[in-house]
Amino acid sequence: MTRSGLVEEPFSDPEQQRRAALFGMTIFLATEILLFGGIFAALIFYQAAHREIFVETSRELHIWIATGNTVVLLTSSLFAALAVAAAKAGNGKATGWLLGVTAALGLAFLGLKGWEYALEYGEGLLPLAGGDAKLGEPGKRLFMDLYLMATGLHAVHVTIGVCLLLFIAARIATRATRMPEQATTIEVSTLYWHLIDVIWVFLFPALYLVR
Amino acid sequence: MSDFIQIWPGQASDYAHSVDLLILALTGLIIALSAPVFILIVYFAVKYRRGHKADRQHPMNRNVWLETSWALIPFFLILVFYVWSTGLYFDLHQPPANAMEVQVVAKRWMWKFQHPGGQGEINELHVPVGEPIRLNMISQDVIHSLFLPALRIKQDVLPERYTSLWFSADKPGTYRLACAEFCGTDHSLMGGSLVVQTQADYAAWLEQFATDNTLAAQGAGLFRTLGCSGCHESGSTRRAPSIHGLYGRPVALSDGSTVVADAQYIRDSILLPNAQVTAGYPPIMPTFKDVVDEEGLVRLVAYIQSLGSASPVLPQGVAAGTLAPQNLAPEGTAP
Amino acid sequence: MSETVTGRGGSEEASREETVNETQSERVSYLRAGHTLRSWFFTTDHKRIALLYLISVTFFFFIGGMAAGLMRTDLLTPQGDVLSNEGYNRAFTLHGVIMVWFFLIPSIPNVFGNFLIPLMIGARDLAFPRLNLLSWYIYWIGGLFTLWVLLAGGVDTGWTFYTPLSSMFANGNVVMAAAAVFVVGFSSILTGLNFIVTIHTLRAPGMTWGRLPLFVWSHYATSVILVLATPVLTVTLALIVAERLFGLGIFDPALGGDPLLYQHLFWFYSHPAVYIMVLPAMAVVSELVAAAARKPVFGYWFIVFSSLGIAAVGFLVWAHHMFVSGMSMYVGAVFSFLSLVVAVPSGIKVYNWTATLWKGHISLDPPFLFAMGFIGLFVVGGLTGLILAMLALDVHVHDTYFVVAHFHYIMVGGTVSAFFGALHFWWPKMTGRMFSIGWGRLTALFIFFGFNMTFFPQFILGYLGMPRRYHVYDPQFQVLHVLSSAGSTILGFAYLFPFAYLLYALRYGKPSGDNPWEATGLEWTVPSPPPKHNFDEIPVVTREPYDYEVEKEGGA
Repeated sequence: MTRSGLVEEPFSDPEQQRRAALFGMTIFLATEILLFGGIFAALIFYQAAHREIFVETSRELHIWIATGNTVVLLTSSLFAALAVAAAKAGNGKATGWLLGVTAALGLAFLGLKGWEYALEYGEGLLPLAGGDAKLGEPGKRLFMDLYLMATGLHAVHVTIGVCLLLFIAARIATRATRMPEQATTIEVSTLYWHLIDVIWVFLFPALYLVR
Repeated sequence: MSDFIQIWPGQASDYAHSVDLLILALTGLIIALSAPVFILIVYFAVKYRRGHKADRQHPMNRNVWLETSWALIPFFLILVFYVWSTGLYFDLHQPPANAMEVQVVAKRWMWKFQHPGGQGEINELHVPVGEPIRLNMISQDVIHSLFLPALRIKQDVLPERYTSLWFSADKPGTYRLACAEFCGTDHSLMGGSLVVQTQADYAAWLEQFATDNTLAAQGAGLFRTLGCSGCHESGSTRRAPSIHGLYGRPVALSDGSTVVADAQYIRDSILLPNAQVTAGYPPIMPTFKDVVDEEGLVRLVAYIQSLGSASPVLPQGVAAGTLAPQNLAPEGTAP
Repeated sequence: MSETVTGRGGSEEASREETVNETQSERVSYLRAGHTLRSWFFTTDHKRIALLYLISVTFFFFIGGMAAGLMRTDLLTPQGDVLSNEGYNRAFTLHGVIMVWFFLIPSIPNVFGNFLIPLMIGARDLAFPRLNLLSWYIYWIGGLFTLWVLLAGGVDTGWTFYTPLSSMFANGNVVMAAAAVFVVGFSSILTGLNFIVTIHTLRAPGMTWGRLPLFVWSHYATSVILVLATPVLTVTLALIVAERLFGLGIFDPALGGDPLLYQHLFWFYSHPAVYIMVLPAMAVVSELVAAAARKPVFGYWFIVFSSLGIAAVGFLVWAHHMFVSGMSMYVGAVFSFLSLVVAVPSGIKVYNWTATLWKGHISLDPPFLFAMGFIGLFVVGGLTGLILAMLALDVHVHDTYFVVAHFHYIMVGGTVSAFFGALHFWWPKMTGRMFSIGWGRLTALFIFFGFNMTFFPQFILGYLGMPRRYHVYDPQFQVLHVLSSAGSTILGFAYLFPFAYLLYALRYGKPSGDNPWEATGLEWTVPSPPPKHNFDEIPVVTREPYDYEVEKEGGA
């Protein structure tokens, strides 16, 4: 059996290992899509039942912050893709920096999202103690409950993604992970990042563009 | 039916007989489908047991026709039963137009029944024999389920939403009534009895427990004391739509859609007035969410129902009042 | 019991002594590769992880079983003298939660799937060995949450966590219980993911899809369900926890939320979850029936596609749990039809297994008795499922003991029988020792009869109208309840027997040899117990699965 440092126990060659890693991540992403699928199902189900109030509430959200956030996330995905290219080319340093920029954009997304929550809290739109003054109407609260669950769950994913990217960037910086031998690691983790991006691309119209 | 052990439940309606016939026939098919498996396993285990001499030549490993046939033939046989059972289920969901309506409110852990004549009872439901009865049910807290084993029927009772169940019992007697959906600590105690009476006994029972007012009249009283009449009485239709002849009629809403004014719509409009606003009226009605309870809502709906229905196709219509032994209180006679 | 031990094992150094201390293959096996606790708790060897799971699920099986014992004792009298109303509700909730998520779902896949899939496809391990270990730890985090719920006084929502009971009314540790199920879900997802990737990427040369043992195929179908259904449960439970903790009412009817949406989401997971529990059992039985008859499985491809068919159609039948919930009757009609469709592949399997026995050389050793017991009980459970799929009949028996009996026939009669069948069949492979055949046969019979005595009366109780989850019941039902409780005593003791003789065999059993049942399959070509890396040389597969010799001409 080949036991070169980079091929781990059950695998016999690097290509087999790469295929397994990518395939495993793809399946994991499928589970993530179904996870959000539950929330999307609830959104669609309730939008049919409470159309008017949902549209009205959606109009009160800060669509410009969300649009900005969409741009931020899409840009971050571009940098993630560039990181993969750099990794495959064997340019470890560039890979590290590109991952860092991706993570920084992720942090910017979280910052903007936090600001948006704070504004909503101040406006009495957030269904949390003290911030729900304007949510007297049941349908409105239902929409904001869904909004908070969906965006909150997404934010948790962004946070995990940021930590993952920073961790890998740090390992590249300390030479614990080398390019291009371990380019698969970059491929797999940026796949996850792209998914976070894609989920936002679906959440954005479902929450902000209800018409 | 022996006293020691009962193996078949009593039947109190035609429908129960149909269900029993269906399950017996289906059980017959099930036995026919499974018997070969049981018999052959035992037979093979004996005949082809290891070390025992037997003809084992030319065993097949596959036979597509055989396999396809034992996949499809049972399926087609079962489809016959599917049509049969779905037909029964549809009957169960289509109450006859003349059904007498009984209002049911479930709460942890009791059943409250309101007869059209205003008689109310707890954990006991008296109904006349041979009369179609439609139960209009709602829960005040969690999901319950009204289960009447002798009639072979049950229906979940949901919060904030009416569900209904209808039957026509054909044998006087006292039968079990239970909650079938787990609802917390005393779930197993949330039971009672269904008392099916002859027409005469039922009339006597109604007489004995007669109240001053029918359910609709009680609703009319509420309608006044809660102040609804201030806006909704005829004469002041500029601020609010009239409720006369509203029941069962399509209502145009401010968002352009149309709903039928059934019990659910009326109930929702009392609790969430701004969710479905009638076209042409301002959304100014306050909510009565914490003001009126489920039983009060049942009365208000009964009152509006008694004011007539524009559309005769809707079954419930004015039936609510017609079976009551006393005269329906004239409109607007509040206590 | 030494006279009942068959002598067919012990190929090497069958010593004359009463006890054999260690065989040559044991010395180099995975069991001896490290003796420290660390070598067990940080192992990435799929076989060791399988044993860790075996011990863990057995532990939870006994806790769940004790809850059941408590309930059956309580039900001896109509008024229920042992438990309070609240206590009874907590007992059945814990019984359900533990048995479903901590025993049935992980039982066969995580123990036998883990142990056997790499061996059967000719791989040295699963694709992600560390993920496999992580999955076991996640299982235990969920398990500890559950034990905490148990010690903190329990929870009384039923395993289904229906809203608004669970979100607004139930008292008890709903959040912790939901968190336990939430966490253990990740363990399922990781296991399923690992199996799928392993089966796709690590098959030995020549191990084509058409040569995969049916055990692997069925686990593949199971894994697909695990991966696609579990996340929906995860998010649904997260919504309940959010409602209970932060008041984010997604299902709150007062806000216009719909408790039926919860039921849809829950059953979208939990109905496929039934197939998660039973497909691995079918996987085991397909192997066992072929080995029992020493004959190729009848209709390999029909069985393969029936597994995949169950996995696919299983996602389309969830609302048959909701026929009386207030759904539209047309929706009911559609789901009733689809539920009948999903019965077809199960029927194919049963008929094909029966046909496999035809002209075989049928052995009645314990694993095969369990397999035949499985077929019998599964047939009863499956066909009573047809009764439940019929709308008009379901209206009457929904939420009664009929349903309880039905799913116990599938889950306990089916899956647990298959679990014991697998345990007996592969015990020699896992440990290298043969157990007492006589005791094994006796146990199989006791379990079969004890089971039927416990659960058959419940069909009658259900049709009589005894609702489930009832602590206090009408005295007319007492005789049947006493019968059921008596049966459960037999069943309970029968479950304890293997515990004794299998452990006894560990020390005093005869060495089993590589292939004590003379079965085909790559796992029987390696020593028992297998060495740490399974295969010294990755095998090249050139033969069809189940290529037992069959007679062309001449008698037996």
